[in-house]
Amino acid sequence: MSHEDVLNPKHMPHDPEKATLEGKNKFLAFWFFLGGETVLFASLFGTYIALNGSTAGENTPEHLFGLELVFLMTMMLLTSSLTSVYAMYHMKNHDFRKMQTWLAITVLLGLAFLGCEIYEFLHYVHEYEFTFGSSAFASAFYTLVGFHGGHVLFGLSWIVALMIRNQKRGLNLYNAPKFYVASLYWHFIDVVWVFIFTVVYLMGKVG
Amino acid sequence: MSTTAAQKGGLGAAIWDYLTTVDHKKIAHLYLVAGGLFFLIGGLEAMLIRIQLMKPDNNFLAAGLYNEMITMHGTTMIFLAAMPLIFALMNAVVPLQIGARDVAFPFLNSLGFWLFLFGGLMLNVSWFTGGAPDAGWTNYAPLSTTSPGHGVDYYVMGLQISGAGTLIGGINFLVTIVNMRAPGMTYMRMPLFTWSTFVTSTLILFAFPALTVGLFLMMFDRMFGAAFFDVAKGGNVIIWEHLFWIFGHPEVYILILPLFGAFSDIFSTFSKKRLFGYSAMVFATVLIGFLGFMVWAHHMFTVGMGPIANSIFAVATMAIAVPTGIKIFNWLFTMWGGQIRMTSAMLWSVAFIPSFTIGGMTGVMLAAAAADFQYHDTYFVVGHFHYVIVGGVVFGIFAALHYWWPKMFGKVLNEKLGKLAFWPFFIGFHLTFFIQHFLGLMGMPRRYWVFLEGQGLEAGNMISTIGAFLMAIGSVIFLINVVYTAVKEKKVSGDPWDGRTLEWTMPSPPPHYNFVQTPLVRGLDPLWVEKTEGKEGMTPAEPLGDIHMPNASILPFTMSLGLFIAGFGFIYQTDDKTWLVAAVVGMAITLGSMLIRSLKDDLGHHIHKEELEEDIKKGVGK
Ligand code: HEM
Ligand SMILES: [Cu+2]
Repeated sequence: MSHEDVLNPKHMPHDPEKATLEGKNKFLAFWFFLGGETVLFASLFGTYIALNGSTAGENTPEHLFGLELVFLMTMMLLTSSLTSVYAMYHMKNHDFRKMQTWLAITVLLGLAFLGCEIYEFLHYVHEYEFTFGSSAFASAFYTLVGFHGGHVLFGLSWIVALMIRNQKRGLNLYNAPKFYVASLYWHFIDVVWVFIFTVVYLMGKVG
Repeated sequence: MSTTAAQKGGLGAAIWDYLTTVDHKKIAHLYLVAGGLFFLIGGLEAMLIRIQLMKPDNNFLAAGLYNEMITMHGTTMIFLAAMPLIFALMNAVVPLQIGARDVAFPFLNSLGFWLFLFGGLMLNVSWFTGGAPDAGWTNYAPLSTTSPGHGVDYYVMGLQISGAGTLIGGINFLVTIVNMRAPGMTYMRMPLFTWSTFVTSTLILFAFPALTVGLFLMMFDRMFGAAFFDVAKGGNVIIWEHLFWIFGHPEVYILILPLFGAFSDIFSTFSKKRLFGYSAMVFATVLIGFLGFMVWAHHMFTVGMGPIANSIFAVATMAIAVPTGIKIFNWLFTMWGGQIRMTSAMLWSVAFIPSFTIGGMTGVMLAAAAADFQYHDTYFVVGHFHYVIVGGVVFGIFAALHYWWPKMFGKVLNEKLGKLAFWPFFIGFHLTFFIQHFLGLMGMPRRYWVFLEGQGLEAGNMISTIGAFLMAIGSVIFLINVVYTAVKEKKVSGDPWDGRTLEWTMPSPPPHYNFVQTPLVRGLDPLWVEKTEGKEGMTPAEPLGDIHMPNASILPFTMSLGLFIAGFGFIYQTDDKTWLVAAVVGMAITLGSMLIRSLKDDLGHHIHKEELEEDIKKGVGK
């Protein structure tokens, strides 16, 4: 396939993200990468579960967590996953403008989530003096949730960069896989959050 | 190794070429040189250890320095010598074996190398900045979390950086093997080396993230005041052991499986027979890979997990001996009745069988949990793992280098020197490590810097040291051979061994696009299939046409350099916060390079049909 066909395709196929070999490779590699990420988060969860009772006489999960804010955050992130699905839906229909719009909504929801998380952390530090080194539980909590937050930040920067870069030229067979893979990443982050919500917050409140 | 660029523009151009290359064959050269260098450094450290243990109460190395020496020896050999040498082989061979023009992600391939190299440099810089890591290659907490100075910090940052490179390399080979096979190259026609690369890459993908997390926790504890391993704040040091071995046991199979694959190809080629029990070999490889994840706690029998956990892990561990045994017998049956040619490659391979089998047997002994209370942390374990790692991995690397050297460099390594290197190494290896089992049974602990007089340990240690010198002699002769071959030996044809697989269908070294026309694969051992039908080479699967190739890039280098700089920032900000500047600058370089990569189009370039026709006239392609 010539460069011209990739950058300015005459006919957009239904799956533009997998129309080139590069696209297929990216698609597969990203699934593998997510497999590795799963082990990464599994290790962090394992560590957290081993240490969530090790509060060294300081703040306990029951004492700290409030479910209202976390519930709101969960809703934001779940919705953002949905909006990114809409974006990909429009990508497959080759409607670049609508894709950008839904991606922008996704980004806004992600930013709101991140804002809440930062607020939550600051709240714990200032109101409860619950810092990274307070106890083994504190380290495990901030590391697990912080790793997720770091992923959110990275995902947001990535999507925004792609949106700005391709704003003018629209969709083609070269950038379609990039958008698609970024949205996969976003879904993964969302799934991880569901586990964090369950294991950290719900079980922390109930257990 | 000379390149067209080098001929045109001299040394500077050649260096630039290698800094920016995305060609898997050149990346193989880089891995080979860097891995070889680290192998020499690790070997030197081993010699110093053996000199210290040559006689009782020796004070050749001070106790602290001795700890640094054993830590760096193990870490260097596993992460910086064995792994990259294996990646050198995989890069040099796998794309050729499956009929591909390059790997799936040439850019990431280069990134993987530079990350490894900068991680390795990082680790070794510690020698010059106040002391190397000294908590063993296993870096157990709290020994590691309380180790003074910055040695362990270097361990953490160095392995984090090089580990990221390995992970990237693993994903790259997975996708390459799934997506880039030539027409007709079905999974069950892939050479065993490709198969084992595939399984190894899967292990890398699922094992390395556990190490990544372990290293992050260690980094947070040591550099940012976290309390994961601080018992006073409720921390738990056993978490490190679990994470380390969840990575660590698969890692030993990551090391050995590719060489199992190489041995399979070598036995088959030099016995002039197809591999005995091909599908059983594939099955055994996959099974070993799978079981490799189920046994990590056999390194922790003495931790106090209780009899039930110990029993489960003991049985699971012993089960691995079954697929391994299948492999040993299949190799023997491959040779059985074959027309055997005892080349150097074959010599290393034949020697591997009994050597590795001994290591497997001591492995099963260690797997008996109750007995392991006696063996654990003694020289018996040191004997065991050197039998599998040297007798398996290192013998395999030597065999594979002899076998594929002509494909990489166009010349066959001198056979006389090859055998001359083999014998001292082989004899030295058994002298060094066989006796260590008995030293261990007599109670000599591992990782002690001296042993005492009059406990019956003198003779054994002396023998072991003598053996180590013989191995050093063997290694030096191999190096001499490399130089001798480069200077004196003549170029050979593309198929010097009467080979069976696709890599032998092309000139040595291959043109940078590998295949002029993608070959059509019609069976297992595709080249052999054609040979038995009296054909000269492969039938092409496509007409002659333009070839799409990736562009070179300096970004992998800058990304890795950024992390290298940031690593120092993280380490030294514990002393002085201004070092955070280095961390920020380094991360900015890395993330900036990533941003450029994401935003700047890189569509590669085409090699036109006319150029290919020119090349064919010059003899490429048939
Ligand atoms: C049948 C196969 C094998 C079995 C049953 C086995 C079993 C074991 C056991 C139980 C231990 C722990 C001993 C202790 O610390 O007390 C051990 C240690 C070790 N094994 Fe194996 N092993 C096998 C194959 C291999 C292979 C193929 C390799 C590498 C290529 C390997 C590398 C190691 C290493 C490096 C250690 C020591 C780690 C350390 O403590 O520093 N083993 N093995
Ligand atoms: Cu093991």
